[in-house]
Amino acid sequence: MDNQSVGILIVDDEFSVRDSLYNWFRTEGYRVNTAENAMEALKKLQESQWDIVLLDIKMPGMDGIELQKHIKKIDKTIVVIIITAYATVDTAVEAMKDGAFDYIAKPIDPDKLSILIRNAINQRRLIAENIQLKQKVEELSLQDEIVGESPQIKKILEMIDVVAQTDATVLIRGESGTGKELVAQAIHGKSNRRYFPIISINCGSLAEGILESELFGHEKGAFTGAQYKRKGRLEMANGGTIFFDEIGNISTKMQMDLLRVIETKQFTPLGSNKILNVDFRVIAATNTNLEKEVAEKNFREDFYYRLNVFSIHIPPLRERPADIPLLAHYFLKKYAQSMNKKVTDISPEAMKILTQYDWPGNIRELRNTIERALVVVGKKNRIEKEDLNLHYLSKPNSMEIDSLEDLEKAHIQRILEKTNWNISRSAEILKIDRVTLYNKIKKYSLQK
Amino acid sequence: MSYIDIVPIGEIEEPFLLSLKQSLFQTFKIQTRIRCRGFDLSHVYDPTRNQYNSSGLLLQLINDASPETLKILGVTELDLFIPIFTFLFGEAQLNGIGAIVSVHRLHNQFYGIPENKELLKNRLLKEGIHELGHTFGLIHCFNLRCVMNTSTYVEDIDQKSANFCRFCEQEVLHWQEGKNI
Repeated sequence: MDNQSVGILIVDDEFSVRDSLYNWFRTEGYRVNTAENAMEALKKLQESQWDIVLLDIKMPGMDGIELQKHIKKIDKTIVVIIITAYATVDTAVEAMKDGAFDYIAKPIDPDKLSILIRNAINQRRLIAENIQLKQKVEELSLQDEIVGESPQIKKILEMIDVVAQTDATVLIRGESGTGKELVAQAIHGKSNRRYFPIISINCGSLAEGILESELFGHEKGAFTGAQYKRKGRLEMANGGTIFFDEIGNISTKMQMDLLRVIETKQFTPLGSNKILNVDFRVIAATNTNLEKEVAEKNFREDFYYRLNVFSIHIPPLRERPADIPLLAHYFLKKYAQSMNKKVTDISPEAMKILTQYDWPGNIRELRNTIERALVVVGKKNRIEKEDLNLHYLSKPNSMEIDSLEDLEKAHIQRILEKTNWNISRSAEILKIDRVTLYNKIKKYSLQK
Repeated sequence: MSYIDIVPIGEIEEPFLLSLKQSLFQTFKIQTRIRCRGFDLSHVYDPTRNQYNSSGLLLQLINDASPETLKILGVTELDLFIPIFTFLFGEAQLNGIGAIVSVHRLHNQFYGIPENKELLKNRLLKEGIHELGHTFGLIHCFNLRCVMNTSTYVEDIDQKSANFCRFCEQEVLHWQEGKNI
């Protein structure tokens, strides 16, 4: 902000004060104007943009305190500096409680005024930067949209809007790849906590000891290998949201620990004797049948009820085929842009395959399919059937599969996708041993 | 012929005035002269502040300008103020004719340190050029070495040079061309 871009409005009923300050600020190069009473000031504030208002407290008619309230209604980012005589310092302090940036007593020390104005400009700049950053955060939080026009998705979007305005714990349920994390991000992005972080932790991917250290943090030397003090995810989520993905996979001991933290919002990092107070919102996600796990005593009932305050179920993609074309086009646009490709469409044949397929890997699988298709599409401007490489993935009753080998290949591929290429699990489902599965993968040139 | 008039208000040491005269001529390339006259200080003295109203003195200076006076610079030992400010190093009419500089707070002695006449002469010169610069339409400059850089403290005056930066110099030349000087 150079001086010429800073607008200062001087409001004082004394001509000599207005005149002196006007001249002083003009020589400093500021854009400056004066008003001799509140009404004139309000008119000038409506007419153009001002950054700083120097305001005399004692004026006939509406006084400075009252005028300040009106100014803040017009633009709450305007920096107000109160000019006061010594006798009214108490009132100036009162004005500061109402949002004035500072006050300065008459007669003004020019040194102090220079510093005050410089600080006020910095304050104004910081406010402007803060607004810009908040806009940026809002733009970023809306980057990944929840795409779909099916009644199920519309219902989910409504639920997100409702629950985002509260601090209630949310349990998101749905098959792998349905977009549970996206829903969690949308809830956080629409909540009052959106300017604080959303911290995700995949409970299923970490061993218990590591999960504990990740969540609670640790002091230096808390355990072998703890060379440095480390902040836990719970502490990092302070003010924001913590998202526990695959919550169904944590041990009963960890369930008990987390239940205590969620209820008290207090915890102690490993190796520390200091209790930390935190404020976060909890969102959890699972694809496990928690009710069954509770019945089988694998999941604590009290923890289940603590999490299941507000439940959102995301249906699998096969249950909302109407959303497939929308999603396919969404991913097409997104990846074409990032890969700098001029692909704008999907052929009707290719779309037919996409809509007929039952998508065991849900949206994640659809996204990967489109991304992969864009890699192989070459210089064509639309995705064709052959670019999808989905002929072996089509439904088993598809007319395009004409041999037993095709069926076997497609079925193995499907199971592998479903288990996220977990060989042991896939072999178990297929009721073949792992070596046989490896041989089949090699035979059919299956790829992740 | 047009002149920059230097007008002492009260007692000012002659070598200071002569040095200022020479430097102002070198800076503005305009003939400079020293004109002495009397001032009615009773109207500008504020006994409660024990200071002199700068704007009142400036008004007396301007009213006394001769037809050949292009700019007029009052130089005084008096402690100056305007009602809203506790003190002033100087005051000028932006794009006007008159300016005034006080030496009162330029003395080292004012801050309880030994007097330094050479330093004082330099400070007076810089403030004189600075205030006259305003009468040529110059506003404060961001260049820390430029004489038009703002001086909040006396030490700030010592930090800057007695010269205009090239942009401020251009502005002064432009102003003079506009007036056919």
